[in-house]
Amino acid sequence: MRFSDQFEARFAVMLTHYPTKRSVLVPTLLYAQDEIGFLSDEAIAEIAARLDLTDLEVRNVISYYSMLTTKPRGKYNVQVCTNIACMLRGGEELLEHCEQKLGIGHKGTTRDGLFSLEEVECIGACSWAPAAQVNYDFHENLTLEKMDSVLDEYRTKPQ
Amino acid sequence: MASLTSHPDETKVVSKRFGMGATNIDRYLELDGYKAVQKAVTMQPDDIINQVKNSGLRGRGGAGFNTGLKWSFVPKQSPKPKYILCNGDESEPGTCKDRLIFEHDPHAVIEGVVIAGLAVGSTTGYIYIRGEYRYLLEIVQKALADAYAHGFLGKNIFGSGRDFDVYWHGGAGAYEVGEESALMESLEGKRGIPRIRPPFPAVVGLWGGPTVINNAETLASVPHILLGGAEWYAGLGTPKNGGTRLFCLSGHLERPGVYELPMGYNLRKMIYEVGGGIPNGRKLKAVVPGGSSTPALTPDEVDVAMDFDTLMKAGSMLGSGGVVVLDDTTCIVKFALRTMKFYQHESCGWCIPCREGTDWLKKTLTRFHNGGGLKKDIDNMYYLSENMLGRTFCPLGDAAAMPTMAFIKKFRKEFEDHLEGRPCPYEKESTIQELPVMA
Ligand SMILES: Cc1cc2nc3c(=O)[nH]c(=O)nc-3n(C[C@H](O)[C@H](O)[C@H](O)COP(=O)(O)O)c2cc1C
Ligand code: SF4
Ligand code: FES
Repeated sequence: MRFSDQFEARFAVMLTHYPTKRSVLVPTLLYAQDEIGFLSDEAIAEIAARLDLTDLEVRNVISYYSMLTTKPRGKYNVQVCTNIACMLRGGEELLEHCEQKLGIGHKGTTRDGLFSLEEVECIGACSWAPAAQVNYDFHENLTLEKMDSVLDEYRTKPQ
Repeated sequence: MASLTSHPDETKVVSKRFGMGATNIDRYLELDGYKAVQKAVTMQPDDIINQVKNSGLRGRGGAGFNTGLKWSFVPKQSPKPKYILCNGDESEPGTCKDRLIFEHDPHAVIEGVVIAGLAVGSTTGYIYIRGEYRYLLEIVQKALADAYAHGFLGKNIFGSGRDFDVYWHGGAGAYEVGEESALMESLEGKRGIPRIRPPFPAVVGLWGGPTVINNAETLASVPHILLGGAEWYAGLGTPKNGGTRLFCLSGHLERPGVYELPMGYNLRKMIYEVGGGIPNGRKLKAVVPGGSSTPALTPDEVDVAMDFDTLMKAGSMLGSGGVVVLDDTTCIVKFALRTMKFYQHESCGWCIPCREGTDWLKKTLTRFHNGGGLKKDIDNMYYLSENMLGRTFCPLGDAAAMPTMAFIKKFRKEFEDHLEGRPCPYEKESTIQELPVMA
């Protein structure tokens, strides 16, 4: 299992930040997932070994955090907030629109592997609702038209 | 990038560097940056604590505990290292203010962490940022690196002979991790299951050492207090509620946005003047005054001063500063359901009243909203919520129960309107395009 040099450098520095190795676990899992798209058996085994944990202990942590996944998903993960502030300004319609547009439901992935869709809880954009995140990018004050152009933007992004 | 808004009634303290390029450390220094920490290294720890106590600063994370008082609980002598932990998990629905602080003024948070450390005799701080805020984590990583490069962090800071390290930490998606003891579990690399208290974190916290946990906005306010003085800060607010706070206005408003207003600012003015009122000639139905866990207020209850004590007296809470406004086309049953869906999803499952209670309430509200409600359900939901209160290891159970009880008590008729298979009277075509949007 090979991670990028940047990952390794960050990992080495992080280990010096805490009195216990295990403390690096949560951010490390997310950075690993960002590189390989999901937390594969191999990645889990590797991280567990480095931190003197069992695979099961690592899986137990993964299952707690909503952003961590052991299943591959699309290149662009579209996360639409439907929590209260977004709901009042059309978050549910926005989600429905994305479902229709992409032909997938909550936690689904398009056949070409480009997009996944998720209904998410508050992402801290309540004053700029309705809002969505595509991977880590925020898109705010959305309308159905704006959402379409956001999706188009990712669809036509050079690979 | 979240857009900035302003209003003449604002008093900018914590937001005074927003939009001024203060993420750049040189610019930050021009804007009085790192002056407070230089002052703090010359002060006695107890003087720092007393200043913060007397300023009336109360926790901006939700509970509103006096910050200086919290710091004073940390034992002077401790065999184990002491820690400062900045809570940047910001996940309470309706709340989007810490995001602006990290985006525009990350060094203010770092300064606050160092000052807290000097006050309680700690030499290590952590800034925990929720996983979704990756761009903010990167801003904070850069700010920390710059502060080290300038010698503001690390060994012998400002020639004081004292060392102080601040590290970043990223989460990976979980509301419950914002709860202080779950936050420590998460930082230690575990599931975010709360710890039993007592002992409180100030005595036994991270890796068993005394730990001060404060919200990002709380810590970012501290440098301003040291520079401006406790009296000045206290004078901005109301008695026992010092200063200003960032209010996140959302929902059915003409001008939603994050505004910094004095503690005790009138809620009606906040809605109709600062927030620009309710669009499309509609009327106010309810306000959730401090994030999704705070009991809603009705239109005749909004002439209220937005401070911790006054809202408590009014039967609600100031909470996290998230003011969510509902117009008269909103279905309260649906709103209560969406709120409960959130708590059911986020319950860590440890306590039976929280785990089962949120699940049962969600199922009942779903059936209700679909027209399958029974008259007895209304009282049953209230009774169940009431019995969740105070019977759990962390306040999430209360956070789910309290708003539900308020919805049932104050909007009972709306629940009754959904009985006997009647369709929801509020289902409507579209909400998305007719509302104004901030460019
Ligand atoms: C379920 C739950 C979630 C919470 N989430 C947050 C949060 O995201 N950010 C925060 O600062 N405080 C949060 N809190 C409050 C913290 O437990 C803690 O009181 C706070 O961080 C203390 O800082 P303060 O005194 O500066 O407010 C949460 C509490 C509960 C019960
Ligand atoms: S109240 Fe809920 S979230 Fe808090 S510890 Fe109990 S089950 Fe977990
Ligand atoms: S409710 Fe959607 S971002 Fe907060």
